[in-house]
Amino acid sequence: MSTPETTTRQTGSSGRAVEGSRAVAETVARCRPQVVPAYPISPQTHIVEALSALVRRGELAPCEYINAESEFGAMSLCIGASAAGSRTYTATSSQGLLFMAEALYNAAGLGLPVVMTVANRALGAPINIWNDQSDSLSQRDSGWIQLYARDNQAACDLHPIAFRLAEELSVPVMVCMDGFVLTHAVERIAVPDQEVVDAFLPAYRPQQILDPDVPMSIGAMVGPEAFTEVRFLADGRMRRALLRMPELAERYAKLVGRPAEHLARGYRLDGARTVFLAMGSVLGTLEDVIDEARTDGLAVGAVELTCFRPFPVQRLRTLLAGAEQVIVLERAFSAGAAGIITPELVAALVDPPAVPVRCSTVVAGLGGRPITKKALRMLVRDAAASRAARFSFLGLDRDLLSRAGYGRASDDAPGSTAERLLARLHTREESR
Amino acid sequence: MSVKFYQVGSLAVGNRLLPQEERAGQADPERANSLISGHRACQGCGEVLGARYVLDTAMRATGGKLVAVNATGCLEVVSTPFPESAWRVPWLHSLFGNAPAVASGVAAALKAQGRTDIRVLGQAGDGGTVDIGLGALSGMFERDDDVLFVCYDNQAYMNTGVQRSGATPPAARTATTPVVAGQPGNRFGQGKDVPAIAMAHRIPYVATATVADLRDLEAKVERAMLFTGARYLHVLVPCPLGWGSASSQTIRLARLATESGLFPLFEAEYGELTSATPIRHRVPVDEYLRPQTRYAHLFAHEEKGGRPDLIARIQEQADRNIRTYGLLAATMPDLAQHSERSHE
Repeated sequence: MSTPETTTRQTGSSGRAVEGSRAVAETVARCRPQVVPAYPISPQTHIVEALSALVRRGELAPCEYINAESEFGAMSLCIGASAAGSRTYTATSSQGLLFMAEALYNAAGLGLPVVMTVANRALGAPINIWNDQSDSLSQRDSGWIQLYARDNQAACDLHPIAFRLAEELSVPVMVCMDGFVLTHAVERIAVPDQEVVDAFLPAYRPQQILDPDVPMSIGAMVGPEAFTEVRFLADGRMRRALLRMPELAERYAKLVGRPAEHLARGYRLDGARTVFLAMGSVLGTLEDVIDEARTDGLAVGAVELTCFRPFPVQRLRTLLAGAEQVIVLERAFSAGAAGIITPELVAALVDPPAVPVRCSTVVAGLGGRPITKKALRMLVRDAAASRAARFSFLGLDRDLLSRAGYGRASDDAPGSTAERLLARLHTREESR
Repeated sequence: MSVKFYQVGSLAVGNRLLPQEERAGQADPERANSLISGHRACQGCGEVLGARYVLDTAMRATGGKLVAVNATGCLEVVSTPFPESAWRVPWLHSLFGNAPAVASGVAAALKAQGRTDIRVLGQAGDGGTVDIGLGALSGMFERDDDVLFVCYDNQAYMNTGVQRSGATPPAARTATTPVVAGQPGNRFGQGKDVPAIAMAHRIPYVATATVADLRDLEAKVERAMLFTGARYLHVLVPCPLGWGSASSQTIRLARLATESGLFPLFEAEYGELTSATPIRHRVPVDEYLRPQTRYAHLFAHEEKGGRPDLIARIQEQADRNIRTYGLLAATMPDLAQHSERSHE
């Protein structure tokens, strides 16, 4: 078992200034997809726009770009194309991912290695186009591997790994990147060279194919006599990613000359008593705040969870072995319960021999609410002083609630909250 | 060929009396047998009969280079109780509402692989086509993807126990349009005319057919396979279980559906009607409705008069089809004129 390591952060010495979506599209193009069906939804659109242009100009030939009639259609097109033996890619967000839900389970169940970028966005109602991770986390159990990118470099680098992983294991993979925060951010990004991707990602050799010369029937009904066993094997197949993903990431890292992606990565864990665990773009801000806190002598560190499915139990136990408490920063939650990541972490740590760590959930950054350095600084100070609540909302605007006449959450009347909250707020502001 | 021999009362020409090249595909001992025996369809199932003819004809037209995509439903359930499969074509079942999109995906992959010699056929029942799959179907049509999509229309959700679909005809009793006082089965409405919707997309080829005239069905599949792009075939397939008819009456009911005018047979190319099959022996709708227990309430208490009002409304529908498509030989309109009128 490796010891919790401290990785240095990338400063981005190579590459060029480019929008995250554009860089992802270029990386995907270098993975040589053969069929790209897609349906527009913000904030994913720039990725598929760029791919459609590459296909139109013949730069991706032979590749078919298909303007689907819905996300359900797009994922269904992926299913057909992948079953017919082509490397298949799409991208979506939010409601689009939910509209795909039935086909997501189907693609996984059929063992089709589709790769999809999810530009993470909130779910309505109320409709909200901004970033959180409710969409992909809602598809936790769909049978897809889920990888989360902390920055646009990682978003790019995870795609060749995703294709290789998907095709080796016959399991579809979502690469999740925070909508707008990453997709629309222009920064210095090194898009992997074609030769590098070609060296890393061999041509797709499908395991099963719809071939008239060898006709096979795909899409069986399975009854109670074997359904449990089919699911048991699917679990085993996905768990293989826990070994394979780090190996592939290592090999890819050597080719591109950048540090390898991990299932989960520790940051300044040496002697850290309080550790913040998070997924996605918040890691950048969080690590800045941790650096400051360390300068102030606070024993804090961070863990970036890159691979949420399969859940890297052993890796997290290793990384958190020296911690006293873990604050899980979650960009989504389950109403009426609490966090989504935290319960899985708790279960991972209590497994004997238990890792004695106190876990709390802080819900942050819902629907595009910025997770500011200021808010994180306060959180880090509170947590280091053991004042973190078991479950709380970061930066909950109590002033806004009270201005709208809400003392507590239970004051909400039946009906749609969003309109009432905004209306009351407006009326009160006018009367002031 | 100058002399035709017909079997008495059926209008079906005897295969053995025809020269080899004019015989039905099913008469060919070398036929593909795409859907082989041993499947679990009900006795008298119109859908598997139609599917066998459709697939074998498409296989012949493509020289055996065919991939079939199937929606969830009876046809899928009865044909693939794994490890058994009745299919001898590469066959993919994904979901209920996505067969047209999955078929498009297969076609796109084959195109990217340079395998355009392999053709794609999608198939679903009326639920998978006119209701839950309509969005995907319309997308496939609009993009003109190289797919022949076949709807086997038995006019309700038979696989789940005979619930109403968008293709269920007026007054039909289903499990979700039960007959109660003042509510005689399914509502009288516009219905959902998917062949017309397909024509509105101006796709290369649209046709309707039934399992009563299997040579006509074969000919339409053959014709469909001559086109590249989106094609649609709507096949009426009686369902003894859902219609409440004797399993021996499947072919007869399909024929009565066309001869009454309730199910017009036609072909259209690029949105324009190109042929309509005239009715040879016109029958009142009564003759079609009476053998089906789903319409039993129309004939109940006949001593007290039954429901001639509802039968008359169904007859109006048949009459309208006869006028619209010119189904009586004497009233056959000039087809070019007809399609012009349809633009008005």
